Amino acid sequence: MSLEIVVVHPDLLGTYGDGGNGVVLAQRARWRGIAAELVDATSGVALPTGDLYCLGGGEDAAQTASAERLRAEGALERAVGRGAVVLAVCAGYQILGTSFAGSDGRVLSGLGLLDVRTVKGNGRRAVGELLAEPADGRLPLLTGFENHGGLTIRGPDAAPLAEVAAGVGNGDGTEGAVFGRVIGTYLHGPALARNPALADLLLSWATGRRLEPLEDAEEAALREERIAAARERRSRHRVRYELGSSS
Amino acid sequence: MSAGPLPVRTRAAVAATRAVNGLSRRARAGHGTVAGGRVGLALDPLLLERLAAGRLTALVSGTNGKTTTTRLLAVAIEGALGPAAINATGSNMPAGHVTALAAAPQGAPAVLEVDEGYLPRLVASLGPEVVVLLNLSRDQLDRTSEVRMVASKWRRALSASPATVPVANADDPLVAWAASGAANPVWVGAGLSWREDAVGCPSCEGRISFAAGEDGGWACACGFSRPPLDVRIDGDDVVLADGRRLRVALALPGRFNRANAVMAAAAAVAMGAGCEDAVRRIGEVDEVAGRFAVVGVAGCAARVMLAKNPAGWRELLDLVCPGERPVVVGINARVADGRDPSWLWDVPFERLRGRTVVATGERCRDLAVRLHYAEVPHRTVRDEVAAVRAAWMAGRATAATGPGARRAPPHAAATAEGPVDFIGNYTAFTDLMARATRTGA
Ligand SMILES: [Zn+2]
Repeated sequence: MSLEIVVVHPDLLGTYGDGGNGVVLAQRARWRGIAAELVDATSGVALPTGDLYCLGGGEDAAQTASAERLRAEGALERAVGRGAVVLAVCAGYQILGTSFAGSDGRVLSGLGLLDVRTVKGNGRRAVGELLAEPADGRLPLLTGFENHGGLTIRGPDAAPLAEVAAGVGNGDGTEGAVFGRVIGTYLHGPALARNPALADLLLSWATGRRLEPLEDAEEAALREERIAAARERRSRHRVRYELGSSS
Repeated sequence: MSAGPLPVRTRAAVAATRAVNGLSRRARAGHGTVAGGRVGLALDPLLLERLAAGRLTALVSGTNGKTTTTRLLAVAIEGALGPAAINATGSNMPAGHVTALAAAPQGAPAVLEVDEGYLPRLVASLGPEVVVLLNLSRDQLDRTSEVRMVASKWRRALSASPATVPVANADDPLVAWAASGAANPVWVGAGLSWREDAVGCPSCEGRISFAAGEDGGWACACGFSRPPLDVRIDGDDVVLADGRRLRVALALPGRFNRANAVMAAAAAVAMGAGCEDAVRRIGEVDEVAGRFAVVGVAGCAARVMLAKNPAGWRELLDLVCPGERPVVVGINARVADGRDPSWLWDVPFERLRGRTVVATGERCRDLAVRLHYAEVPHRTVRDEVAAVRAAWMAGRATAATGPGARRAPPHAAATAEGPVDFIGNYTAFTDLMARATRTGA
């Protein structure tokens, strides 16, 4: 039996390269001898049944269209009810919440799979390296690139995925949200290419197996470089702030 | 605006533009393309409008192919209209346009490459005779250039400029949407290999369905569909609406350059050139701003190519695969490139399997991870010149000792010494070019 990995609506939520998360999951499964099937589920067809679902970032109009389609279909909620694993990034993360802000400021209903709601930010988009310390101490630092205008407010049923070490994330010092086997995050990069340990956590949830480690030398080199870049950016901001406030 | 003697203020601004550009060229501070234009615009904010007045003007815009199409169009009209003012180095914002026009004689036609975001403003202020609309797809991600928004701004600008004739790629639904607001568009079937940004209908938010095959057309349930074509490509031929066929013997490689060529030919005809003459002249262009040229890099030869976004990468991978040359891929992520290289995962690097591949550039580690998951064996060499050298040496070693070496005919050594292919994104390409020498090979 092969692991079914479904990339949800790549035609609508494929703007930020997040389709790569599906590729990373499928390859990391195959490299361990676990058969994996990667399915691109465009918005024109019924959402197939899968073990693992990936949602990515997208533009405002596409986000609205994807959310409406998923809400009307109900298939993702049913899959989660059956125990499927979900990783949702940026616009996809916002769709999984109870509500999010459309491009015209209208409040749109999400799928309610995460107890978060996203409102329009007041001003600048958060664009840049994002570094976060996971709440689950078994995971190493999370690194990625964020690019969003929304502020995401967690309700009591959504635990944060991580605490922000550099960047913006949800907007309150936390980054992402977790409920059961559903994870939402603002990390692009794609997230799982930069954070193979997070990919393996999702795979272990989906397979119920302990996974032997992979070599990951190139991932480690990339992580080292990006983590240093995020820290350097943060310390530059600090210096600027301190210079600014002393004058 | 009517043509006539330029006002004193404008003449002073033109003189300043030329002087500053002359200085910066002599000082090797830049290519003298933008600095002078900025000074000129500061002296006379209406300088661009005044310099364009009385000229036959074409603007060229789109995500991919702008620089090439601009050059092809300028070449295509040269027989009929004489040499054109052209911003050949890709300085595609107003300061670059001012520089191009200030350097050209009054009355010479103008062919200007225009940044997608600036196009509406320039259509409104210059009222060009022709606007060439190539394609629209995702570009630098962190610039929030949402392509559908760009398409609707184009549409508004063209609707408000009834004398402007858009020469538009009918195979791109976003471009068709933009141009269908104009009075008399010329529809060109130039093809569209990147459809990921085109499935959402710009007219009704429904879904566009594409017919199978490259030139099968497209339609939405709301009735918005590909307009009937005035000009299309069929293999190596340009086919006109009246059924006439013209063979295009193109020196530039690749399907995407055929698309650029047919767009340029249609625009040249709209500007008053003869079709046969335009097509013949276009065929003779063999490099544009260094792209596709073979250059020398530390004693090695490299054919250099520039790809700025996933659609451009896909086209260039089609061009270099199949093939046997070593491939060097260079990735930076400066502001001009877009600071998030996540788009690497939209590019089918899997096609490079079986080739000698070297990852280079400031973001070679992102690329190395992408190639790792694509199962493409590679080396990672951050410095671009060292990377070209490594690929060159590896190519020669393979040719000398590889499985085919013994069976290889005597002239195989020449193949082994042939150039490596270098594909870079914007600043990776320009960095390598700054360190390369032209070989003319
Ligand atoms: Zn429609």
